[in-house]
Amino acid sequence: MKYVDEYRDGALAQKIAATIARETQGERVYRLMEFCGGHTHAISRYGLEDLLPGNVQLIHGPGCPVCVLPMARIDLGIACARRPEVIMCVYGDMMRVPGSDGASFLKAKAEGADVRMVYSTLDAVRIAEAAPEREVVFFAIGFETTTPPTALAIRAAEKKGLKNFSVICNHVLTPAAMTAILESGECGVEGFIGPAHVSTVIGSRPYEIFASKYRKPVVIAGFEPLDVAQAILMLVRQINQGRAEVENEYIRAVTREGNARAQAEVADLFELRDTFEWRGLGFLLLSALKLREGYAVYDAEIRFGLVEKPAKDNPACECGTILRGVKKPAECKLFGTACTPETPMGSCMVSPEGACSAHWTYGRFRERARAAE
Amino acid sequence: MSRGLDIKRGRVDLSHGAGGRAMGRLIEDIFLAAFDNEFLRAGDDQAAFDVSAGRMAMTTDGYVVSPLFFPGGDIGKLAVCGTINDLAMAGARPLYLTASFIVEEGFALADLKRIADSMGEASKAAGVPVIAGDTKVVERGKADGVFISTAGVGAIPDGLNLSCRRVRAGDVVLLSGSIGDHGVAVMSKRENLEFETEILSDCAALHGLVADMVEAAGPHLRAMRDPTRGGLAAVLNEFAHAAGVGFSIGEGAIPVRREVAAACEFLGLDPLNVANEGKLVAFVAPEGAEALLAAMRAHPLGREAAVIGRAVEDANGFVEMRTAFGGGRIVDWLAGEQLPRIC
Amino acid sequence: MCLAIPVRVVEILPNEMAKVSLDGVVKTVSTALVEDLAVGDYVVLHVGYALAKIDPEEAERTLELLAQAGIAA
Repeated sequence: MKYVDEYRDGALAQKIAATIARETQGERVYRLMEFCGGHTHAISRYGLEDLLPGNVQLIHGPGCPVCVLPMARIDLGIACARRPEVIMCVYGDMMRVPGSDGASFLKAKAEGADVRMVYSTLDAVRIAEAAPEREVVFFAIGFETTTPPTALAIRAAEKKGLKNFSVICNHVLTPAAMTAILESGECGVEGFIGPAHVSTVIGSRPYEIFASKYRKPVVIAGFEPLDVAQAILMLVRQINQGRAEVENEYIRAVTREGNARAQAEVADLFELRDTFEWRGLGFLLLSALKLREGYAVYDAEIRFGLVEKPAKDNPACECGTILRGVKKPAECKLFGTACTPETPMGSCMVSPEGACSAHWTYGRFRERARAAE
Repeated sequence: MSRGLDIKRGRVDLSHGAGGRAMGRLIEDIFLAAFDNEFLRAGDDQAAFDVSAGRMAMTTDGYVVSPLFFPGGDIGKLAVCGTINDLAMAGARPLYLTASFIVEEGFALADLKRIADSMGEASKAAGVPVIAGDTKVVERGKADGVFISTAGVGAIPDGLNLSCRRVRAGDVVLLSGSIGDHGVAVMSKRENLEFETEILSDCAALHGLVADMVEAAGPHLRAMRDPTRGGLAAVLNEFAHAAGVGFSIGEGAIPVRREVAAACEFLGLDPLNVANEGKLVAFVAPEGAEALLAAMRAHPLGREAAVIGRAVEDANGFVEMRTAFGGGRIVDWLAGEQLPRIC
Repeated sequence: MCLAIPVRVVEILPNEMAKVSLDGVVKTVSTALVEDLAVGDYVVLHVGYALAKIDPEEAERTLELLAQAGIAA
């Protein structure tokens, strides 16, 4: 696969890893946060951590939009799905995420709700066109990569004059999450591996504040494993040299300005919510989007009078501290016992990008290998 | 005699399942025509046959695939091959099949005939006749077009005792060919996931390949399994659990077609979790591995056979994989059906 | 939130759509977010939408940087 295979070359990875090992300084520990679900997945799928020296530590940050969605929002979506007139369209990742009382879209479907998994918002629009007598609701999640597709779906519905299409908007913003991490001062992050495809949309410019104000290096990385390895090397070099800059490793798809058309569409249709709850990070100001008044007719929360009810995570669930990079999955009492991929208690286990899911698949093996050494 | 069925435009209705003349017509024109053999021609509700001495194997299966017709096959062919394969995995020579149909009211007769004919062809090609059957019709909405339930019976050669519990550390794991073809072919036709591809389901009856394998490996062969739902990952984990071993697998050794890999990329799926309907995994003592591999590669359904790893001592029962990239990871059993990712 | 793959444009369709291919698997997707696409271009695809064109020169440059990073000092 062109533009894929070249960036997965194992032999080259070994060499880059050797370079990283050479350039990391002795006992010094480099704590790098990766912020993109795609990166979490690539790191675990390819066993990238095996290749890195022990003093380079990768922390999984809140870059998985499924993981940061609070239970209250999932409950809201499920309540809407249970309405008999509604066809609820969700992305595959959302189907098994647990809401309150172990509910999920998948379980709601089993109980009779018309929940349909879609690959693209285009599919949801098509369903609305084909079923004018039903209310089609799209449960929108995602960072800035996934927001333009939601915007375009609404545009398409508008253009086709569809009266039965609406969206539950849970879109969140990457810089807001990064700021929250830095402001909390908890996890001692020294540098960020910047998200790949969020950056194709927003460009590299929004990260400049983290370099200038917070003095943290950011290297935007493509999400093939060589991209991540290279970005780690670039971060190590910045840290060694005392630099704090925004560098772009993913130059083949990311520019400083990003995708103007995508940004324009989003700006047209959405505005900032005053505040929004993020699982693990609490309520963050100006961190999420909702539809502008002019498009209120497509806002399912307004159309159906949906009300968020406060929901509490299982008190033993450590998704919050894990998302902030403060605790590791193995430190959660529920990990591997009550909480497994089969019986997930929190979203960090359900989402393939979640830190707990990644640790289950990959980390347990490494721990055991280390213990054997 | 009643009027013949309007196969071209007719639809199944409740009378076709009521046991009367309409049902008789349906059975004769569609099922007997497709399966034609001496057992069915006798017209009894059951089939009687002689048994040889020794051990027999019996299996049952249900087929609910959607869509019913997919590139490379259909629910009917799947039912025949799948049942034969269940028997073959025990090393049994498949002898007879039964097939029971639950058809939804309104189902097109043309489609039912297409399915029956496909089953008939698969059954004849495999040399395993369908000797008894049943038909029921349920109201519209109570079945997804048609569900097929099968049973199969076979004879196990003397002295052959394949079982997952026999696998032990050091045993070699062989895979008969590329993985992911069937699952991807079926998904390509699923609503909301559609993509264009030349990938065909690998649906095939494996008993011929298995006969060659049993002869070549003899007592060294421990067990076999076909990686259907849950894919290769499920088989390896099931065996690790049952045999109390771990596995060490090399990703680079697992054959995956380029297009299958690409389709999995599109959907965010791992080929290890995708269903196969014409492949098998074999577990063999190290002394028998070479001969077994040669026998597999000599057969048309095993041309791409490969050694993919071995069983290891591991109380945890981990299936570890060395990635092509050089790192390691655990291949886990999926919690539920793998859903296409966006993340 | 980043499952995106590089795919090749094989046919431009009306209404800002296109057929794209990854190793022979072809899907119809939206190109509303990318301008001036031609058959043979590569784009990053995410949930049915092309998000950005892949710049072949920058891709080459990246591969060179990667190769350099792998050279012993």
